[in-house]
Amino acid sequence: MSNLLKNSLRFALFILIQVFLLDKIPPINEFIVPILYFLFILWLPFNISKTQLLLLGFLFGFVLDIFTKSPGLHASACTLIAYIRPFIIHLLMPKETYETNYIEPSIVSMGFLPYMIYVLILTIMHHFYLILLEWISFGDFVFFIGKLIASTGISMLLILITEMLSPRNIKSRSRFN
Amino acid sequence: MLNIIQIISRFKVLLLLLLLQGISLYILFNFNSLHRATYLSTAYEITGSINLRYNNLQSYFNLKAENDKLREQNVLLLNQLKADFQSPENNSNVITDTISADKRKYLYLSSKVISSSVIAQNNFVTLYRGANQGVEIDMGVVGVEGVIGRVVDVSPNMAIVMSLIHRKSSIVAQVKTAGGFGEIVWDGKDPRFVTLIKIAKAIDVKKGDTVVTSPYSDIFPPGQTIGFISDVKTDENTNTYVLKVKTAINFYNIHHAFLVKSLLKGELDSLINKVKKD
Repeated sequence: MSNLLKNSLRFALFILIQVFLLDKIPPINEFIVPILYFLFILWLPFNISKTQLLLLGFLFGFVLDIFTKSPGLHASACTLIAYIRPFIIHLLMPKETYETNYIEPSIVSMGFLPYMIYVLILTIMHHFYLILLEWISFGDFVFFIGKLIASTGISMLLILITEMLSPRNIKSRSRFN
Repeated sequence: MLNIIQIISRFKVLLLLLLLQGISLYILFNFNSLHRATYLSTAYEITGSINLRYNNLQSYFNLKAENDKLREQNVLLLNQLKADFQSPENNSNVITDTISADKRKYLYLSSKVISSSVIAQNNFVTLYRGANQGVEIDMGVVGVEGVIGRVVDVSPNMAIVMSLIHRKSSIVAQVKTAGGFGEIVWDGKDPRFVTLIKIAKAIDVKKGDTVVTSPYSDIFPPGQTIGFISDVKTDENTNTYVLKVKTAINFYNIHHAFLVKSLLKGELDSLINKVKKD
C-alpha cells in the first residue's frame, strides 16, 4: 500500500474512532478522558518535511475540532506536538538508522524503550497543552493536574493496545514474545 | 535585506508554528465564546450528515426504551385532555367570552437528536432540524424527561444546542415547591450533575425536591423539569445555597427533543430595547 493512501486511511480512521467510539464511552471518573487520535501524528513517516508535518497536524486537529465543536482547541495541541516530534526522534535515535532502514516510528524501527519514551513525551506534551487551554478558560488547579495524570495514563494504555492490535507490528511480536 | 531573508528561511518552521498556533488560539478564544461561528455551518452540515448515519444505526438499540418513554408522555398528555374533566351542570345559559380567549405563548417543534457530547468541557447537542425548518438561535430545547439547553447556532438543516453541561450555560430556575430565583450552571466535572446557585437561604429546600424552569425565563415555558436536588450545601460567603442537582435528562442517551418557540419573545425584546434606549 502506498504511503499516501495508508496515511489518508489512518487520518479518517483515527478521527472516526475518537469521535464515534472513545467520545461515546461514559466516563468512569471526571478525570479520565480517553484520547487516542493524536497517535496519527506519531505514526507519520520519518521523511516527511517539518513544514508538511505542521500543516498536516493543524488540518488533522481542525477536522476533529469541527466534530467536537471546539474550533482551535485540538488544532493548536496537534501543531505543538507536530513541531516537537522531529526533535524527540533526533534525540532518541541516530539519523542514519531511520533514514535508510525504516519508514515510520514504531517498536520495530526504534526499539521498545525508545519508542515508549517517544510516545510518553509527546502524549504528556499534547495532554498538558490541551488541558492547559481548558484550564485557562475555567481554572481549577487540582482538576488540571488530576486530569493530566489520569488522561495520560489511559492514553498510554490505549496506545499500547493499539500497538498490539496494529498489523504494522507483526514482526515485533515474534521478537518480544 | 538578504539577512532578513536568511533569518526567515532559517526559522521558517518556527514561524509557521507560531502562525498556526496564532490562528488556532484566535479561533478558540474568539469564536468559542460567541458560539455564532456561522462560517463553520458548512462544516457542521458535513459532520452532521456523518453523525446522522451513525445515529440511524445506533437508534435501533434504543427503540424499546424510547417507545416506553413516549408512551409515558402520551399518557400524561391524554390525562390533561379537557374531555376527561366534566363538572355537574349548574348554569342555565352559556356565555362565550371572546375577550379572555388565551393567546398562545409557546409553540413546540419536534426534532431528532443526531449527536450529544458529554466528554468535553463545552458540550453540545446536534439536532436534525435547521433554519429551513423554522429553528432560530436562542430557542429553548427540552427532551421527554426535561430541559436540554438552548440553540446557539443554526445551519440550513442542523441546529447546535448548548446543553446544560456546557461551561457557559446558565438558565434561570426555581425549586418547584418552595420557589426562589436561582441559576443553573455546570462546574465541568460530572455530566450527570449540574449546580443550582443563588437560591436564598430563607427558602426551605430539601433533598429530592424538583428544580424547574423559572417563570422569569425568556426562552423556556415555566415549570419544565430540570432535575432533582441530590445534595444541599450552603455558601459560607453569601446568603445562598449551593445545590447539587441530578439532571432529569440523561445526556448519554437523548434521541428526541422538542424546540420551544417563544411567540412573544420578539415583542418582549423590542420592548426591553425601547426601555434601554430611553
